[in-house]
Amino acid sequence: MGAPYVVEFEIAKDDFLAAGEGSGSVKDTLKMLGIPSAVIRRAAIITYEAEMNLVIHGGGGVLKILISPEKVEIVARDDGPGIPDVELAMREGFSTAPDRIREMGFGAGMGLPNIKRNADSLEIESAVGVGTTLTASIDLSGEGGPA
Amino acid sequence: MKVQKLAELLGAKVLCGAEKLETAEVDYVYAADLMSDVLAFALPGTLLLTGLTNIQIIRTAQMLDLPAILFVRGKHPQEETVRLASQVGLPLLISDKSMYETSGIIFQAGVAPCPIPERGE
Ligand SMILES: Nc1ncnc2c1ncn2[C@@H]1O[C@H](COP(=O)(O)OP(=O)(O)OP(=O)(O)O)[C@@H](O)[C@H]1O
Ligand SMILES: [Mg+2]
Repeated sequence: MGAPYVVEFEIAKDDFLAAGEGSGSVKDTLKMLGIPSAVIRRAAIITYEAEMNLVIHGGGGVLKILISPEKVEIVARDDGPGIPDVELAMREGFSTAPDRIREMGFGAGMGLPNIKRNADSLEIESAVGVGTTLTASIDLSGEGGPA
Repeated sequence: MKVQKLAELLGAKVLCGAEKLETAEVDYVYAADLMSDVLAFALPGTLLLTGLTNIQIIRTAQMLDLPAILFVRGKHPQEETVRLASQVGLPLLISDKSMYETSGIIFQAGVAPCPIPERGE
């Protein structure tokens, strides 16, 4: 059991053109490493939703993926405004996204529930005015069927 | 059903990815104007019908291995959207019919909707 394979991306605030590029490379990396396709699909959804939250809500941040024989771990960290009530934010339909974001097809309040559904474990640490760290992981031991 | 066949059925115009139309296979169809909805429900092999035209619709399709995207009611995707789709070889189609009309025609042709897990599918 060596050190995990790590890929890391700086995600810029409000950059909708570049948003999703990081997640695209993560998907390519997982493919290259021979990760099972069901796991890649779940990891891609988690990574993309987390990346979009960094872009839209977090004021930009860092997206980091750690791949080991045991699990794929996705960490999205930002120094943004934080989430006042994480439990509320986790509810399907809850969103603070402004109209200009909704017009682009985001802001349904489904990103965090989507992440939870696709992860085997999910942890969100957040403090108002300090930032948010989301850590989601997928076990590789069970060959990675649906969560 | 092949994307080519669907394009003919709808009289849809092909914006890019023409080389893939004969091979790209559509198993399901999902119609939505919400990215997270698509990310929650679209399975691999799903043709996406949408009125959204920004670049994130291509990223979403890439994440999910969707075979093609069809823009409804004649909405032309943004330039960067078409550029990224061409780069990654994702066929883009455009139809002058509404979301409802487009969905109806494809449904009648016998393509299945995406299963909804909450309904036990
Ligand atoms: N990194 C973050 N920093 C600050 N607030 C966040 C962050 N991530 C999520 N939130 C808050 O949690 C809410 C719910 O997030 P979620 O991803 O579920 O929905 P959304 O991003 O609003 O819409 P969708 O993901 O469907 O496009 C957001 O509207 C926002 O208020
Ligand atoms: Mg979100």
